[in-house]
Amino acid sequence: MTAIPLAQQFLNLFAALLLLIAFAMLSQRRVLSLIRLFAWQGAILTLSIADSAWLTHQPHLYYSAVLTFVIKVLILPWLLHRLIRRLNVVWDVETLLNIPTTMLVGIVLVVFAFNLALPIAQLSNTILRNTLGIALASVLLSFMMMITRRKAVPQVIGFLALENGLFLAATSTTYGMPMVVELGVALDVLVGFFIFGIFFFQIRETFDSLDIRHMEKLKED
Amino acid sequence: MKASALAFQLVQSLLVLLLAPLFLGWVDQCRAWLQNRRGAGVWQPYRTLVKLFYKEVVLAHDASPLFRVTPYVLFGCMALTATLVPMVATDLPLAGAVDVIALVGILALARVFLALAAMDVGTAFGSLGARREMLVSFLAEPALLMVFFTAASLSASTSLSTIVTVLTHRGFFLYPSLAFSGVAFLMVLLAENGRIPVDNPETHLELTMIHEAMILEYTGRHLALIEWAQGLKLLAYVGLGLALFFPFGMTESGDWWALPGALLAFILKLIFMGAGLALLETLSAKQRLFRVPEFMGGAFLLAVLAILIHYLLGA
Repeated sequence: MTAIPLAQQFLNLFAALLLLIAFAMLSQRRVLSLIRLFAWQGAILTLSIADSAWLTHQPHLYYSAVLTFVIKVLILPWLLHRLIRRLNVVWDVETLLNIPTTMLVGIVLVVFAFNLALPIAQLSNTILRNTLGIALASVLLSFMMMITRRKAVPQVIGFLALENGLFLAATSTTYGMPMVVELGVALDVLVGFFIFGIFFFQIRETFDSLDIRHMEKLKED
Repeated sequence: MKASALAFQLVQSLLVLLLAPLFLGWVDQCRAWLQNRRGAGVWQPYRTLVKLFYKEVVLAHDASPLFRVTPYVLFGCMALTATLVPMVATDLPLAGAVDVIALVGILALARVFLALAAMDVGTAFGSLGARREMLVSFLAEPALLMVFFTAASLSASTSLSTIVTVLTHRGFFLYPSLAFSGVAFLMVLLAENGRIPVDNPETHLELTMIHEAMILEYTGRHLALIEWAQGLKLLAYVGLGLALFFPFGMTESGDWWALPGALLAFILKLIFMGAGLALLETLSAKQRLFRVPEFMGGAFLLAVLAILIHYLLGA
């Protein structure tokens, strides 16, 4: 058991922390704390990627760590902060579905993801394969966050968190995607975010609220 | 060898019994300092206990024998728990008597008696407190069991002594699962001992009280025993936490030369834990009662995550 190198122990720890943050986001009511959690998730993802770069001697993973840090810890949280201030939803508190129930469903999702990842992880021969289950679980949890939220901003944060999970999955199974793909994905996320921002303002102008339920009115005519 | 092991057990049991009020006093004193008060000193719980033992017992007219037996049962259960937890030394003669699951059972037994006794006299506060206590503890118990399961599957044994021995003799190793269950255990500790996010141990008459509401009807030596048992419970929980998550510096039974070092380590750990507990209580605000299920749900979640991560990552 002690044969596992220290770097990999840290990798496991980071993966576990990512899962914990995914759960914390699932149960968070305030938009502001949600953004802070998202930034933390990005930071831990950065550490995790840098750690796996060191562990596997893959220099290009360092670039993706830097990219992750810049986009997900600096730019996106800053943009989100600006967005919620301009939309005036800084202190927005959302009434969720019953939180303990959400958590229990989340646990079921994690068990499902772990079981799903087990046979896949056995096919992969990278030393990071154990984290695949965790990556899959955080993707599913982010999905669930998008489903259970009614306000638009938390849904977008769920979408961005989902991308974090995918990134972890990519690094854990394949030692990272080619640089072109990573740059493309990062740009896609940024562009997607801008489109979301524009949508938000449109939604608010039309419905005077960011509550997605109001969109059901559109069906009636 | 047998005799020296017994002597070790005796030393640890006496130490725990006598130290419990002191620990309570230390936590209160730290809290007083943090709130810019002078505090009553660390010996205050002893003074309270002596005073209560000298006072006469006043019983309600409708009190049944259950009401009178409960303080003794409670004290017995808590003394047993505190004795069985390896605090200074592992591999004590009594350690084989109870594994972690039975330990949870003993705690549950004490709780059931206390709740029944609270409802026995029929005052409004008593039954209110009992119901609240049950609400909190039925959520805390599975979390506690999950924490124990994680520790047990890490060391392939449910015996506390073996768990501690295995965890002490590992090298430096990061266990994400242990970190998670440590946080879960801390949350359970706060809830089960009526500490601040869940209950306020300082109030005696407040509509939100839980533990104090249950023991409002007790007087004299009964109350003294209950207070003492409360101190023992806190010490047992803290000792459990230390044994599972910071077992360093513990000695094995029969090794007299290592005893002073182990005692010193134990006292230092207690001082730090007490100060930390006081800090935590000062920094956090008491939660609404209906937020408590959420809090305990979080503890359960962490504990379950810990065991899942243990199975996935093997750490």
